[in-house]
Amino acid sequence: MKKFSSALWLIVRWIVLIIVLIAVYLPLIMIIAYSFSTARDVGGEFGTPTFALYAQLFNNEKLLSATYNTLIIGLVSAFLATVLGTTASVGIHYMRQKVKPIVEASSQITVVNAEIVTAMGFFLLMLIIREVVTIPEGFSLIWLIIAHTVITMPYVMLTVSPRLKQLNPNLLEASMDLGAGPMRSLFTVMLPQLFGAMISGFALAFTLSLDDFVITKINAGSEIETISTYVYSGIRHTLKEDIRALSTIIFVLVLAILIVTNVIKNKKEKQR
Amino acid sequence: MKNKAKVFRPTAFAFPYLAVTIVFVVVPLLLILVYALRGADGSFTIDNFIKVFTDPDIVRQMGQTIGIAALSTAICLLIAYPVAYILASSPFNKMAILSLLFIIPMWINFMLRIFALHSVLSTLGMQKGLAEAVIGLVYDFFPYMLLPIYTVLVNMDKSYVEASRDLGANPATTFFKVTLPLSLPGVVSGVSMMFMPVFSSYSVTMMMGDMNSNVIGAKIAKLFEQGNYGYGSALSFVLLVLVIGVMLLGNLISGTSDKAPKGAKK
Repeated sequence: MKKFSSALWLIVRWIVLIIVLIAVYLPLIMIIAYSFSTARDVGGEFGTPTFALYAQLFNNEKLLSATYNTLIIGLVSAFLATVLGTTASVGIHYMRQKVKPIVEASSQITVVNAEIVTAMGFFLLMLIIREVVTIPEGFSLIWLIIAHTVITMPYVMLTVSPRLKQLNPNLLEASMDLGAGPMRSLFTVMLPQLFGAMISGFALAFTLSLDDFVITKINAGSEIETISTYVYSGIRHTLKEDIRALSTIIFVLVLAILIVTNVIKNKKEKQR
Repeated sequence: MKNKAKVFRPTAFAFPYLAVTIVFVVVPLLLILVYALRGADGSFTIDNFIKVFTDPDIVRQMGQTIGIAALSTAICLLIAYPVAYILASSPFNKMAILSLLFIIPMWINFMLRIFALHSVLSTLGMQKGLAEAVIGLVYDFFPYMLLPIYTVLVNMDKSYVEASRDLGANPATTFFKVTLPLSLPGVVSGVSMMFMPVFSSYSVTMMMGDMNSNVIGAKIAKLFEQGNYGYGSALSFVLLVLVIGVMLLGNLISGTSDKAPKGAKK
């Protein structure tokens, strides 16, 4: 009897997981499937499978430039956020106990704050700057990179700081005792140990930047289009079928990257 | 010996970060307050704040926003908790790829995911509306709700559960008296990870819902688009205070539940 009920319990648990997995993946799979069909809507008559949408995608200047902007903003801001976030974590790590909590709390402002309020703050700051100096054309991209750096920087700190606390302080001291200067010790002893956390921080900052809609829309909505603003403004009427091709490329890329990183991680763990 | 006497404090490394934070985080927040307290002629006034609290439109939208955020967060929690519980239980906790499958969507651009969901829902014949907006939010935030709860459950010390069972409690009692209280910090962080962004964001609600499910974030964006900076800033500032309040409340709840297992260990 007991064996029967535990087998039943196992089946029930599998069913719950499978139902939720289907709910999560059905939309993504439908988009991937229909990226090979020229039907106007997902769920329409499929017709013969074709790569037409992919060809269309590479002729859609607007969507390509949105993708380009998204990638440039994401990569540059994630890089800057990683540099600023890591140096900040190291600096804060060595601060006196009285100042430390205040500075640490300051890093949480943008994490906690509503995105729309942060976006408005940037908007007002730009308004003031515009009154003082004339802003050259094309500055929007730089402004967005700054904004994305500022909002993703705390997340880099959240990944780097815990790692910093785990480090063995004796290693750094040993390096300095052996005659290496503080700077050299930091770069040759501490930095290599933080590298893994910095990569995770970079990846997190990059994804957050790709996902951002509100900050981008409010601060450069009329001048610079990213994938997010492109989809948002087009979902009601003007969204073309080729967005399915772009979605598919992104889904497959994300999946591939995640699987590769996980395989590498598992191999490393097994080697230990 | 000399090196040890001179304590190594490279605090200067934090200075670039501090400069950036002051210029781009603190100053903008102050600007919001300044604009909120400035009348059309540039004089000091609290009219904007009075307007926020007396405008029936704002009160209605605030209520609607809280309603949508609370409803979608509750539904998401009700789905994510069982899934997290199952994933953390044996034999599923040994299948790393399975939990990864649930988390993967987190890395896909949320706008594209919403577009995908939107396509499927319209295939099923659903129109834009409140229900669709809630479905969109639940779908969007599911991995963010799942991950913290799963992390807490999978790292939980299983001996508490075994002790409870050994002492004669049935599975239901064990769950409600041991597992659930111990997983509360994960629930709190999942809920705050979802409730706050949903409360203030408007993209999903606008894309999936109709014009009637107008939320407070959209209202603020509209005010700024119209150049009504004073009123928009006052509303933003109220939102800021609200968010900080909810945050402190969340810390209080997870703070008290953090203490429980520590006491139990003694």
